[in-house]
Amino acid sequence: MNFFIVSVIKIVLVFAVFMTTLAYLQWVERKVLAHIQSRTGPLRVGPHGLMQPLADVFKLLTKEDLLPPYVNKFFYLLAPFIAVCLALISISIIPFGPEIEVGGTRTYMQISDVNVGILFILAISSVSVYGVALAGWSSNNKYSLMGALRSSAQMISYELPLTLVIVCPLLLANHLSLRAISDSQAGYYLGFIPRWSIFQMPFPQIFGFLIFMVAAFAETNRLPFDLPEAENELVAGFHTEYSSMKFACFFMSEYANMVTITCVATLLFLGGWHPLFPAPYSNWVATAVLLFIAIACFFQAMRPARKRDQYTFPFFGIGFLILAALWTVPSFQFILIPIFWFAGKVAFLLFTYIWVRGTLPRFRYDQLMHFAWTFLFPCALLNLLLTALFVAVF
Amino acid sequence: MGHVPLSWYLVLSAILFVLGVAGFVYRKSIITVFMSIELMLNAVNLSFVSFSYELRRIDGQIFSFFVMVVAAAEAAVGLAIILTIFRNRGTLQIDEVDSMKL
Amino acid sequence: MIDTILFIIFAILAIVSGFNLVLQKHPISSALSLIGVMGSLAVLYLLLGAEFLAMAQMIVYGGAVMVLFVLVIMLLNAGREKGSTKSWFAQIAGLPLLLCLVALLGFLIRAILPPLRSVEFGSWVGGTAEHIGQLLFTTYLLPFEVISILILIAILGAVVLARKELD
Repeated sequence: MNFFIVSVIKIVLVFAVFMTTLAYLQWVERKVLAHIQSRTGPLRVGPHGLMQPLADVFKLLTKEDLLPPYVNKFFYLLAPFIAVCLALISISIIPFGPEIEVGGTRTYMQISDVNVGILFILAISSVSVYGVALAGWSSNNKYSLMGALRSSAQMISYELPLTLVIVCPLLLANHLSLRAISDSQAGYYLGFIPRWSIFQMPFPQIFGFLIFMVAAFAETNRLPFDLPEAENELVAGFHTEYSSMKFACFFMSEYANMVTITCVATLLFLGGWHPLFPAPYSNWVATAVLLFIAIACFFQAMRPARKRDQYTFPFFGIGFLILAALWTVPSFQFILIPIFWFAGKVAFLLFTYIWVRGTLPRFRYDQLMHFAWTFLFPCALLNLLLTALFVAVF
Repeated sequence: MGHVPLSWYLVLSAILFVLGVAGFVYRKSIITVFMSIELMLNAVNLSFVSFSYELRRIDGQIFSFFVMVVAAAEAAVGLAIILTIFRNRGTLQIDEVDSMKL
Repeated sequence: MIDTILFIIFAILAIVSGFNLVLQKHPISSALSLIGVMGSLAVLYLLLGAEFLAMAQMIVYGGAVMVLFVLVIMLLNAGREKGSTKSWFAQIAGLPLLLCLVALLGFLIRAILPPLRSVEFGSWVGGTAEHIGQLLFTTYLLPFEVISILILIAILGAVVLARKELD
């Protein structure tokens, strides 16, 4: 019974945080892309556009929900359902931190720890191809069908290098459960180099990490691999005929896939929630970063770009000061510090996603497939061979 | 309520196998016939895994693994053959592919 | 108790999906029903302690083989099936013979096999990756290598057969 109640609390917490993250990830993307392109993003809806996701949610909910007469109704309605369910389900086995004890109950910071966790993630990403394929096919529209076929072929082609390169940190960690893989990356070499997979000794997985990130871009259909849903190529690809809430489902599933795959990259290659340098010093990094942001807010409030900033920036500054103080309270530190490191690494990878989107042009479709089969797949194979050789010899 | 006896798993495997046979005999579209074959292979896999649980040895699961791999290889080649038939005859109904002459 | 409920739910789901596969007229509905069967079977493998095999079933069957089927159905624009069986024997005697086959198999399972144990989730976790890996790379090494050559031949065959003739 205790297990049931604890699990329900964890599910509600993770779901709430995840949905908020998805909404605000969209805001972050629009602001970062805008600043890369020398313009300001959403600025008017709330202070610095922070209410923009809320406005978007209202807009999507109140748009007219079309059901075109020429579509295949059952599959048209099933496709966004599959896409969003599978995208949200893979968050249930991602561990956010070590085992904690709250009020007498010992529990993991993870909804459920599956023994074959990494295979579960691979299975979910393999089956999520159906959401895209069915959406395009059921729309009865040649642009949708082309977009869906291209997107499915792209996703299944890039699953191969992704799977091969996932095996390499598994060889180093010797376990399939995500929590055990993270735990095997604890500890430090020479006292200050962390034992993350990208630095781990029989064979540092630096190339594996790069191949994983490239394959992850292709799996989630993000630039530079987003030809199947490019706006100036195929109208809107497989979600052309979808409006309002069903379109919001595809949108949410794309961001959810992004977040999931960056979480998996963090766990496999960047050491999960383990800090960059040893424990007594790294506990202050969170406080230092938040203090720095608070000071930056107060500083900017003194030379405001717009008159309104004189009032909003100090408010944010005080908010960040409160957060910095929260991270120094010792009785919360055992939960907050692993979450800070994990969220920090995931945030860095998500920033890289958005950065690449603002910087690189997109691949043409045949270039994309050629790259997967003739370059990335042999690279992943070579990485696997070398890792296995080094692990067997040393 | 007790636990499920293993014979229920074997009976489920038998029912799925017979459904596969029914699909194989009755359906006219070659793709559906092929899918019935996959259903039969899955039913046999369930049977193997059940016996592996019964005898407490993993050899059944290993064999099931091999069946899975062979089914994947067969699906690839079979669908390529179906594509070729469609290109040459223009139809996917097996009733209409009844003479060697194109 | 929970494992009994899970078995009943997923067994019924598997049987209903199997019936749907045989009775639906459009190949894409049959394909989705087959994916439903495979998913239910993956859960049943988990209940029987075969965790690696359950995940491999979803990755290989549900994520690769069925995607191949669905893509071929979409590319060939397979429509609803036309016509029905012309043979009067199959139409009249088919269903009773199939029911006889099910009854025979059920009877054999009950009568000939020795008393079988009952399935209790968690009483045997013998299907971990470590166990399967140990057996696969020692006792069954030769079939493993032969199967990799089989896959290579299948890839070559599929590429050669599906290639467009350049003339």
